[in-house]
Amino acid sequence: MKCSEFLNELTNYLDGMLDARTKSELDDHLAWCHNCYVVCDTTRKTIEIYRNSELYELPDDLRSRLRSAIMSKCAEKRKKSDPPLE
Amino acid sequence: MSTIQPNIEQPVSEEMQLVRRAKRGDDQAFEELVRRYDRNVFRIAQHITQNREDAEDVVQEAFLKAYGNLAKFQEQSKFYTWLVRIAVNEALMKLRRRRPERTVSLDEEVKTEDDSLPREVADWSPNPEQLYNQAQLRDILMRTIQGLPPGFRTVFVLRDVEGLSTEETAEALELSIPAVKSRLLRARLQLRERLNRFFQKRGNGDGHRKPASGDGDQ
Ligand SMILES: [Zn+2]
Repeated sequence: MKCSEFLNELTNYLDGMLDARTKSELDDHLAWCHNCYVVCDTTRKTIEIYRNSELYELPDDLRSRLRSAIMSKCAEKRKKSDPPLE
Repeated sequence: MSTIQPNIEQPVSEEMQLVRRAKRGDDQAFEELVRRYDRNVFRIAQHITQNREDAEDVVQEAFLKAYGNLAKFQEQSKFYTWLVRIAVNEALMKLRRRRPERTVSLDEEVKTEDDSLPREVADWSPNPEQLYNQAQLRDILMRTIQGLPPGFRTVFVLRDVEGLSTEETAEALELSIPAVKSRLLRARLQLRERLNRFFQKRGNGDGHRKPASGDGDQ
């Protein structure tokens, strides 16, 4: 297996979406190819770091402000779409 | 006699029950759906628009659109996937408005000879995120992901940050599964490459001896 072939399967490999045979071919490649090993390992870390990063959390006060704005606009919409029965 | 039961009814998920109640006009059920997903929609919108005000608008507009279009929701996908699709479209519209000079599209053709193939292969420190304090790390991560093209950034965020499956991501972005996979690979590799300079092992200077790796990867 060439490095480029390894890279093509990297996403499936990291996501555990390979059949046993392909996976063991990739494992073999990783066992001797230091470059691919490092790329694989640091890509995995990249994903983990972002997954745990909580970059854009919605602050509680803003959250409730947005929610009440949404719900009051929904109520307006409803009034317009079904007018009260005469 | 209880032998074969054809057409076993799929149990209706709790979420779908909320959706159905909301469709029948129960606003409390809809509010519950808002509570469930507002944080996710906000994160996705922030990542795409890179602007706080825009992200706030997107949250409101996406939920209002969902509310107004609930009757059209076919229940063939998860409500969340459907909502994400609405939110992504709203966010892209905001982005286009702010950057009219650059066309912003999710399916802009991705060049094949690209800069995501690893150029620099250097190992990272064992716990790279501990090399920086929290504020520094946030700053590094934000600026790094903001440098990705919107089409890559969005796939990465849905798939790797928000945890949607490949199929759900494809559905939410109206892309094919192979397109999602190839963008995800490029996004991951580009982020990795861009993080290299912050996270790689420092040679010598830190007082630790470099492990003998055998092949000169400098
Ligand atoms: Zn290799």
